[in-house]
Amino acid sequence: MSEESSTATATVPAPKAPAASEGEALLQVHDLVKHFPIKKGLLQRQVGAVQAVDGLTFDVRQGETLGVVGESGCGKSTMGRLITRLLEPTSGKITFEGVDISHLSTAKMRPLRRDIQMIFQDPYSSLNPRHTVGTIVGAPFRLQGIKTENGTKAAVQDLLELCGLNPEHYNRYPHEFSGGQRQRIGIARALALRPKMIVADEPVSALDVSIQAQVVNLLDDLQTELGLTYVVIAHDLSVVRHVSDRVAVMYLGKIVEIADRDSLYASPMHPYTNALMSAVPVPDPSRKQEHNRILLTGDVPSPVNPPSGCHFRTRCWKATEKCAEIEPPLVALKTGHQVACHYPENAPTDVIAETITVSKEAGEAVAKAAEAAVAAKAEETAEAAETAEVAEVAAAEEAPADAEPEAAEAAAEESTEAVESTEAAESTEGADAKGETKS
Amino acid sequence: MTAPLHDSGTATLEVPADQVPESAKITGRSPGRIAWNRLKKDKVALGGGIVVILLILVGILAPVLCALVGQDPDTFHTNLLDASLGIGTPAGSFGGMSSTHLLGIDPISGRDLFSRVVYGAQISLIVAFGSALLAVIIGVVAGMAAGFFGGWVDSVISRVMDILLAFPQLLFSIALLSVMPDKLFGLSGSGPRILVLIFVIGFFGWPYIGRIVRGQALSLREREFVEAARSLGGGSVHILFKELLPNLVAPILVYTTLMIPTNILNEAALSFLGVGVKPPTPSWGQMLSDSIQYYTVDPTYMVIPGLAIFITVLSFNLFGDGLRDALDPKGN
Repeated sequence: MSEESSTATATVPAPKAPAASEGEALLQVHDLVKHFPIKKGLLQRQVGAVQAVDGLTFDVRQGETLGVVGESGCGKSTMGRLITRLLEPTSGKITFEGVDISHLSTAKMRPLRRDIQMIFQDPYSSLNPRHTVGTIVGAPFRLQGIKTENGTKAAVQDLLELCGLNPEHYNRYPHEFSGGQRQRIGIARALALRPKMIVADEPVSALDVSIQAQVVNLLDDLQTELGLTYVVIAHDLSVVRHVSDRVAVMYLGKIVEIADRDSLYASPMHPYTNALMSAVPVPDPSRKQEHNRILLTGDVPSPVNPPSGCHFRTRCWKATEKCAEIEPPLVALKTGHQVACHYPENAPTDVIAETITVSKEAGEAVAKAAEAAVAAKAEETAEAAETAEVAEVAAAEEAPADAEPEAAEAAAEESTEAVESTEAAESTEGADAKGETKS
Repeated sequence: MTAPLHDSGTATLEVPADQVPESAKITGRSPGRIAWNRLKKDKVALGGGIVVILLILVGILAPVLCALVGQDPDTFHTNLLDASLGIGTPAGSFGGMSSTHLLGIDPISGRDLFSRVVYGAQISLIVAFGSALLAVIIGVVAGMAAGFFGGWVDSVISRVMDILLAFPQLLFSIALLSVMPDKLFGLSGSGPRILVLIFVIGFFGWPYIGRIVRGQALSLREREFVEAARSLGGGSVHILFKELLPNLVAPILVYTTLMIPTNILNEAALSFLGVGVKPPTPSWGQMLSDSIQYYTVDPTYMVIPGLAIFITVLSFNLFGDGLRDALDPKGN
């Protein structure tokens, strides 16, 4: 950045150093829910709701990158639009820098928009085709009424330069640029007001692979330079792995697992995360033979009528009746590794026993409640709880076996040279996966 | 963010191809300029456009043109009429065309047809442009509101449009124009009639453009640039007029050029039916209506206003079609 731009943007708050306040939560989300009503008939009576986001709780820390993954329709983008307040949450609380922004009006939200910005998925539709680049990137200054010292034009040209674009292209129209360049224009616009947090909704999924790398690295550089905090929504696991410090895995409107990047990729605990990881293509054909994909059967259930208990149980090979009755809470099984599953994989042994007791208690509570209601039904529930217990014991037995390959894998992950050991680890993992799918 | 772990080898920092500074001043080719370049290549549309411009000039310069030929539309030249047939047809061939009366004279009164056609163009164009402007303003505002806000706003506006489209427009116009008083808003003569014509034609014309704008606004509001504007703190007014409207200019422009000839025809039809501008103010439709009585003895009187309407409508349509092709982003 030139001197000019630093003076030009002096009116906006200076970015904080990322490392200094690491760990401090910039954004806190508590039990966030968004239901889209389905209306029918002449009187527009509500007949149901698409439960796009159904109870999310997470923090975004100052200076970190939180990756959010999940398949199409799991509510990632809705989540992104909720925390940027493009949508109004049905319930729950969003706190940004200690301010509750969950139900702020458009007018009250306006000054906060400087701090939270968004990068959009489709570079072809996120730029107004009838505006010049100068108008597009200058729009934040005009909308927020910010005066820059050398005029908006100078500020815009600095932003373009910062994002690797030719500042001379100020007067050009979006259709004169390639997809990658357009995405840079979108990034320049998001950076214009020096935001504290940027929500990037699939920032690279519309770009081809070589351009993806460019844009991802640009985001990376900008984070170091400006001390940004990112929430990166993506469905490409390798992109998320590349950019994120922490990763949240979403399934059908819920976070099923949230953990540090390394911990998540080395030892995914939720069965869904395991299935996702197994879907990452292996670039080596000789290794591909040993690579076992966990193929999930069926489709994602409709968010209009999600399954009871654990949302993933309809496609989970480990599901028992307990999963249908009790919704697994998101609990920390390891430092910085939270998972919502009754039968997590790769979990430390001692923790498993603990969660089992916790969930057992919950199961008993449910059984008691049912007993009070209908006696006959209570018997069934009790039976179900019993079978669940049996399954748990099996899971606990399985756990130590898992622990070993996990360690090997983690070691291999760190040293890229140790190809052999990686292969070994993967083959054992593959064997595991096979066994799991069978059972 | 963290350093790349293992993959991709693509971690080199990018250098865009056009990073090389260009000495020439870079100016973008705006969508408007591209359309203009395309339009220039379309000879038919260009011809239509030229005729349209000439017609507008004729309308504006009507008094000057009449002064040039030394005629006015209201002077009677009964001495030039042939009284032998008893009804007073113009003497001489082709309706009495001569060097003084370029297009001849009309029967009975012997008024100069050239000046009547020229003044008629003025009336036709005032009514056509005025009603088009009214229709575009109402149609664009209502259509954008319906498409952008949706919900009950959309329901109300759409139903109003449906009602107006199903309304017997011609009958209503005839009824309204035949009962209206001669003086209105302090205007007398043909002034009030022109105003009411503009209002009636424009009022019944806006649902057509309103529907087109509504459809466009519906699809545009789902585009991410609308969300981007909102995430920057832009309000609804900003989004409607600064983000959506520039994208609606092309369809609006095309529809307007196609609506003007329809309005000319509407005005001619109403004048033909005797509820348009009041005589002696000249109007093409009124002349055509008048000529019906004499078509066996003086066919020129019918052909001249007919040709004027035909040429005007055709050139506006050709220009409008060309404009649509030129503004179509899928064109090459």
